[in-house]
Amino acid sequence: MSHRVLILAGGISHERDVSLKSGRRVADALTDAGCEVEIREPDGELIGHLMASRPDVVWSTLHGAVGEDGSIQDLLSLARIRYVGSLADGARLAWDKPTAKIIMARHGVQTPTSITLPSSSFRELNAESVLAMVATELSYPLIVKPAQSGSAQGVNQVNNAKEFSKAMIEAFAYGDEVMVERFVEGTELAISVIDLGGGPVALPAVEIVPESGSFGYNERYTPGQTDYFVPARLPATVLEAAAEVAIAAHSALRLRHMSRIDLIVDEEGTPWFLEANVTPGMTETSLLPQAVTASGQSLSETYLSLVEVALR
Amino acid sequence: MTETRLGQATNFDSWKHAYAKRAENLAVSEVRALFSVVSRPEVVSLAGGMPDVSAMDNDAIRSAFDSLMSSRPQYALQYGGGQGDLRLREQICQIMELDGVHGSVEDLMITTGSQHALELISDLFLDQGDVVLVESPSYVGAVGIFRHKEAHIEHVFTDHDGLSPDALEEAVERLKADGKRIKLLYVVPNFANPSGVTLSEERRQRVLQICRDHGILIVEDNPYGLLYFEDQPPKALRAFDGEGVVYLGSFSKILSPGLRVGYVLAPPAIREKLVLANESAILSPATFAQMLVSEYLATCDWQKQVADYRNLYRTKRDAALEAVRQYLPSLHTTEPSGGFFLWLTLPEGLNSKEMLPLAVTELVAYTPGTAFFGDGRGHENIRICFSHPTAENVKVGIHRLANVIDRQIELLETFGSSK
Repeated sequence: MSHRVLILAGGISHERDVSLKSGRRVADALTDAGCEVEIREPDGELIGHLMASRPDVVWSTLHGAVGEDGSIQDLLSLARIRYVGSLADGARLAWDKPTAKIIMARHGVQTPTSITLPSSSFRELNAESVLAMVATELSYPLIVKPAQSGSAQGVNQVNNAKEFSKAMIEAFAYGDEVMVERFVEGTELAISVIDLGGGPVALPAVEIVPESGSFGYNERYTPGQTDYFVPARLPATVLEAAAEVAIAAHSALRLRHMSRIDLIVDEEGTPWFLEANVTPGMTETSLLPQAVTASGQSLSETYLSLVEVALR
Repeated sequence: MTETRLGQATNFDSWKHAYAKRAENLAVSEVRALFSVVSRPEVVSLAGGMPDVSAMDNDAIRSAFDSLMSSRPQYALQYGGGQGDLRLREQICQIMELDGVHGSVEDLMITTGSQHALELISDLFLDQGDVVLVESPSYVGAVGIFRHKEAHIEHVFTDHDGLSPDALEEAVERLKADGKRIKLLYVVPNFANPSGVTLSEERRQRVLQICRDHGILIVEDNPYGLLYFEDQPPKALRAFDGEGVVYLGSFSKILSPGLRVGYVLAPPAIREKLVLANESAILSPATFAQMLVSEYLATCDWQKQVADYRNLYRTKRDAALEAVRQYLPSLHTTEPSGGFFLWLTLPEGLNSKEMLPLAVTELVAYTPGTAFFGDGRGHENIRICFSHPTAENVKVGIHRLANVIDRQIELLETFGSSK
């Protein structure tokens, strides 16, 4: 009997477009695997539809707050509907980048020093003084990013005070908290972790080499603008260490079924944890599907396995 | 470190090496992706320049459809000629007369929206580096085509009376002195997109004379001319010069953009080449859509429909201006007497493109001014389209926008200018 899978995609987040693309790709793969697939927007009729249709499994490709901050996961749990992906508690820990970094640091994993500040703190404490102090303590170049977002939206590398101010304004356009992180030079890796019931397994690391030097929104979603090397061109021992960090992150952040852990490996071969993705992108240029393919599996087989794990 | 494992590189584009150089401009845009939210009902979109087709008389369209399919289906479902349906061209000649344009069916060609006409004209005239003079700001779709043709886009100062002839003359002299080849002047003289301004009657004559003197072909794009709220705009530029002006029109704003029917009236030599280019590109414009438009024009009271649209958009324009005065009293706005758009100027230092994510969070969308310039300007401007949302939602959207602007001003005061 084929599984009835309801895919949630779209929403009103800044990443709506990516979510819709991810949803359609997952739908294609699951349809090929023999599932009966329906794609739905999260809207005012969703709850009624879920309760009436009671799909076997829900697969959310919603990016942004509702999809990744635990809200949709809590609602699905409450409705006793099975779903692919992390439970609400794990989603909450990973979605908030500063929280995820604190947890990883407590587990002994290197993560770039950072500070997270809400916009109100700048108004109270004088922005110029705060930024100057942060720049002095963390040293340029710095990475400025919204504390909760994806697809590199609102993320900038800054090298001086003028760029710093500008980047803060851009980042605050995406949310009320901004994280400023020390820049670590090195090889950018994305390691996807899959757990089909036998424990988390790291898929081959994807090395990211954007043509422009920066892995921004355009570089992520315009085919041809970034070279990906799978597996990454790093020594086996380094890749093993990076995979261990990825699995540690998946476990420590209580993620379930699948996640994508973003890392930088510095010149000494040390992997630095940057962030964990609760709902990894599934578009044609996204990193998790690349890793699945590189591992020798088909997307249809792997996604079907994830559905079946969720059904257990 | 040594490389112990060599991974296989992929970039998801096997043909990257093969693209034409001009394809480099065709990349994913984060701003464009943000516009994806406008399809959500919670979001008030003041962004897309769309007509309010909910005000269209659907019974009239259905009746035209039935009439066409019962009388001439064998033609409607067949290929057509490259120049377009003759009866529709005859009808268009009558419509153009309303703007003072007297043209022959022989010099008229149907296109897939007037955007297609602009593409064909650009292909016909523009080599890399050729200059196209445009208003400041100019229509985003035109800027996109000219950029794709690798033309030099020169914006000419424009104020509430439209393109400035003095600035045009200065630009022409300067560019010629620099050895540039000036090929076209592209202008939307009536209720321009995005500014909403109309080129004054006096300026029309001067613009025509300057272009005649310097051998510059004028491309006059007039999709909004019949959508006036007070007085009818001055006669079209083409009304005064049959040889120096290529005139573009469209049914997208007065009937339906979904039908994709536009037209171009050109001097015979240019028209001949346009027809050949049209046939080469698409064989023929969509016969069914052309014949449906023609049947609609022949059997329905289309002038009443246009009059209804005028009343509807006047109400929405009034709502937009009232909301701007109420919620954004310190901002400068154009006050259009027709068309779809307001052009707002933000307080100094604000960046409309950087502010857009915040607007999306607040459930309102607009088009940043940068879209309407080929030279990176426009950060301080916003285009508001009032034609598509209800009048009530126009007000709600502008209220939300005011909150976004307040928030951005606060950030600016905290962190300093983002320029």
